Amino acid sequence: MPRTTAKSYFWKGCRNSLPFIFVAGPFSLLFGVLATEAGLKLYEMLTFSASVYAGSAQFTALQLLREDAPTLIILASSLAVNLRVGMYSASLTPYLGAAPLWMRAIVAYFTVDQSYSLSVAQYELVPEMTLSERLAYFFGTNAIIAPLWYSGTLVGAILGTGIPESFALDFALPIAFLAMVGPMLRTPAHIVAAFVSIIVALLCVSIPYNLGLLVAGTAGMMAGARAEQFLISRGVKI
Amino acid sequence: MNDVATSATGFDTSTLWIVILGLALGSFALRFFFIGIVGARPLPEWLLRHLRYTAVAMLPALVAPLVVWPSATGGEPDLPRMAAAVVTLAVGYITKNVLMAIGSGAVTLYALLYLVGV
Repeated sequence: MPRTTAKSYFWKGCRNSLPFIFVAGPFSLLFGVLATEAGLKLYEMLTFSASVYAGSAQFTALQLLREDAPTLIILASSLAVNLRVGMYSASLTPYLGAAPLWMRAIVAYFTVDQSYSLSVAQYELVPEMTLSERLAYFFGTNAIIAPLWYSGTLVGAILGTGIPESFALDFALPIAFLAMVGPMLRTPAHIVAAFVSIIVALLCVSIPYNLGLLVAGTAGMMAGARAEQFLISRGVKI
Repeated sequence: MNDVATSATGFDTSTLWIVILGLALGSFALRFFFIGIVGARPLPEWLLRHLRYTAVAMLPALVAPLVVWPSATGGEPDLPRMAAAVVTLAVGYITKNVLMAIGSGAVTLYALLYLVGV
């Protein structure tokens, strides 16, 4: 009964995504609050959250909008922040690539940190899953988180203007991003990448048009890739 | 929050919509490119090697200037914010727990802001 197992994989995806409620919930609230402070109207920020559906890119764009960066720089920098979902898409392909094109398009929209990491872990755990079971699981991991992301933005917008200055919300974004980066520093190469990008970002802060961010990000990526090759050549397991 | 009030008028609606639409299309393209178009063909190793480090390179680069020269203090380096940033990153690295990191960073920030008497 393939339909039944697909259904049970959908619910399994839902269940496994529950811990991410505590990440996506606060982040979406924060986006609503910061977007309100930046002067975005409710329908603007809801369109933003629904059409882009990528937390870190949304925060980056918002910050650069507030800094009055040129539009092209805002787009390039935010998309660079989001380059990792391209990698997610690449690594989902062996598992879901056989689905029809329209289905793959929907999968693409919902490819985010939590759906990717949960799904790949599940597919590796149970290699004999069928395509429909894999798809059911993937959509299960989004069934709670995606609506939560949209509604969190809405609630944040409503709370938004009521939060007093003593809460130092100006610093919520740095704390949120650094909290995301900490667990990502899995190998020495990741630490090298982060360290180099911080140093270059501080040195390049006076480069016009906020280009420093792209320069620093590129430098960090190259440093990470180099460090990885160096470590592997020394026989260190990455 | 004077800087917030002024920056709210810093960009116009058309810029905002270009950013939203550009980012929506661009993010989708990034996500669709491999699974939709490249298919199961393998990617060059050097490309994957760089892509692995995008998040850990871009996010700190965005945050670093905000930590060292925070807008809330008019760009003056500020001990509570600097300390909160270091604590957040360290706790995130050690515990691998995003919420724990946010909590520790927020407690550090509020405790030091209170002590400094802002």
